[in-house]
Amino acid sequence: MTATIAAAGTGTTARAGVEVRLENLRRRYGPITALDGLSLTMAPGELVALLGPSGCGKTTALRLLAGLEDADEGRILVDGHDVTGQPANKRGVGMVFQAYSLFPHMTAWQNVAFGLQMRRVHAAERRQRAGEMLELVGLSGYANRFAHQLSGGQQQRVALARALAINPKVLLLDEPLSALDAKVRARLRDEIRRVQLEVGTTTLFVTHDQEEALAIADRVGVMQSGRLEQLGPPTTIYSRPASAFVAEFVGLTNRLPGTVARGAVDVRGTRLPLVQTDVPDGPAIALIRPEAVSVLGDANGASGPLVGTVIATVFLGATSRVTVDLGDVTVLTQLATSEAAAHPAGTRIRLAIRPDPVLIARDQPAGEHR
Amino acid sequence: MTAVLEKSFVDTAGRPTGGGRRLPSQWLAVIPFFFYLGIFLLLPTLIVVGGAFFDRNGLGFSNLLIMNKPFVISAYLNSVILAAITAIAGAVLGAVLAYAVVSGNPNGVFRRLVTSACGVLAQFGGVTLAFAFIATIGSAGFVYLWLKQHGLDVYAHGLWLYDLRGLELVYTYFQIPLMVLVFLPALDGIRPQWREATESLGGNTWQYWRYVAGPLLAPAFFGATLLLFANAFSAYATAAALVNQGSVIASLLIANTMTSEVGLHDPGIASALALVMVVMVATVMVLYTVLQRRTARWLR
Repeated sequence: MTATIAAAGTGTTARAGVEVRLENLRRRYGPITALDGLSLTMAPGELVALLGPSGCGKTTALRLLAGLEDADEGRILVDGHDVTGQPANKRGVGMVFQAYSLFPHMTAWQNVAFGLQMRRVHAAERRQRAGEMLELVGLSGYANRFAHQLSGGQQQRVALARALAINPKVLLLDEPLSALDAKVRARLRDEIRRVQLEVGTTTLFVTHDQEEALAIADRVGVMQSGRLEQLGPPTTIYSRPASAFVAEFVGLTNRLPGTVARGAVDVRGTRLPLVQTDVPDGPAIALIRPEAVSVLGDANGASGPLVGTVIATVFLGATSRVTVDLGDVTVLTQLATSEAAAHPAGTRIRLAIRPDPVLIARDQPAGEHR
Repeated sequence: MTAVLEKSFVDTAGRPTGGGRRLPSQWLAVIPFFFYLGIFLLLPTLIVVGGAFFDRNGLGFSNLLIMNKPFVISAYLNSVILAAITAIAGAVLGAVLAYAVVSGNPNGVFRRLVTSACGVLAQFGGVTLAFAFIATIGSAGFVYLWLKQHGLDVYAHGLWLYDLRGLELVYTYFQIPLMVLVFLPALDGIRPQWREATESLGGNTWQYWRYVAGPLLAPAFFGATLLLFANAFSAYATAAALVNQGSVIASLLIANTMTSEVGLHDPGIASALALVMVVMVATVMVLYTVLQRRTARWLR
């Protein structure tokens, strides 16, 4: 036991994770199907983020892996061992909850040492190990504080240290940043990634925040209605979404009407190749990223399918998001802030659409940005 | 100039002259409550304190010497035992019922039914409660008679309903619902994440109760038990309605000392006896408050 726990101590750089496989998991709550045949393989030491809207099944998947709920069908394999029927306290899975999961009557170090106490690790070793874990998350000076004496971010860091103290085979993070304010959230997100890389534990991170998922994960799994819509590296998920749902859920998307013919879609005079191969010819809605729309220049007095009026500019820092009214539809474009400043609201500009492959959403109205 | 004058007017208009701070308006609403408290709690307490230290010869401690009398010690001992037994029984049974309530649907009928019933039953004391027991399991009560017809004579060894054992049963009747009402918020404060965290960290159900839920609920449980103790210790009307002979408990002894038309009558001694009761209840309530504060910090 001692050796096992020490293996993941501070300073361990080797990836100590194990492979995790979810095979065809199904879970129903009465008439509601929360998971509908989820299959997912996580490589040793990998951080996978499950992303999706509320009710998509991502938390259910995490709870099944933790052993907090039972699957109706399917198997869970951790390091090659079938743990499907195993109770949560035998799985060796560390978990960080959304919020308020620290035991309020224990100090930070007592919380961190709790899992070791359950494993009957000697008191002196518990104390040392808890100290190491608190140091790992940068809270060694807060060991004797109670939960109510810590900020939300500090509490979550203690929760992370507590989950890691038992040297788990798998680390599960259930929306651990959702109760924190934006600044703390971004900082802690990076902190979690740093710690995860340092200890090398295979990690499943559940979130509904796309920015969080794209920033932290080796791979992102986008879920909808209990199914995995797409699993891939963040860049692939964003730039090559496998479905209209993924395209619309991850990042902002322009929904522009066009006409499909011979494997391409014509959008306001620009011919764009299609990602999908099964789209029939005819009217369709093309999903186009704002950064695929560029400004060719001012167009005072001019007209054309991609000429419009700037109606709003949202400053985002280095870039700005500009909304352009094309008459029958509005288009979002993302520009360098200096370029956006050259086209204030009211300016007539001419746009161009980069001929990247696009996805088609055929059953919803155009002109909405998602 | 106009602007300066206007500003000056605005700055000073909201404050009373003399530099004092105005009483916040919300305090106005509680003035009747404090008035009520003053008349019916503070003033009687002061009278009791004053009465306890004044005898026929003026200021002194002679009234308090009554506490050395065996019948007084016996009455207080009986009160403590009665309060302790009914507090512990009420606390345990009430906690079990409260746990059953929180284990169910938070918006379910069972919870609404139990909490509503407890709200009523916790206040169901005095003569009405005594009569309810007399009418059901008294010597002519219909439940007693029915049981007797079926071969169970609960009074085979004496009519215990009208002595201390009877009081224990009757007091427990209102202690259980009071416990449910007082303990329910603490149970509601236990977060499901704590159990799940315990499980994921390798703990089992026993360890969860031993190391997490137990220590978290202990202050609330013991605080509520103290409240029940104080509730039973100071109860009078139910005992007065049930127990006709003797002063078996402190509250009856105080009443008899106040109103007796024979030798026991002595308002000064009654005040001394009441003072001891006030001190005991106040001590218990201070302990209750301390424990409640800890519970509130952990289970908010």
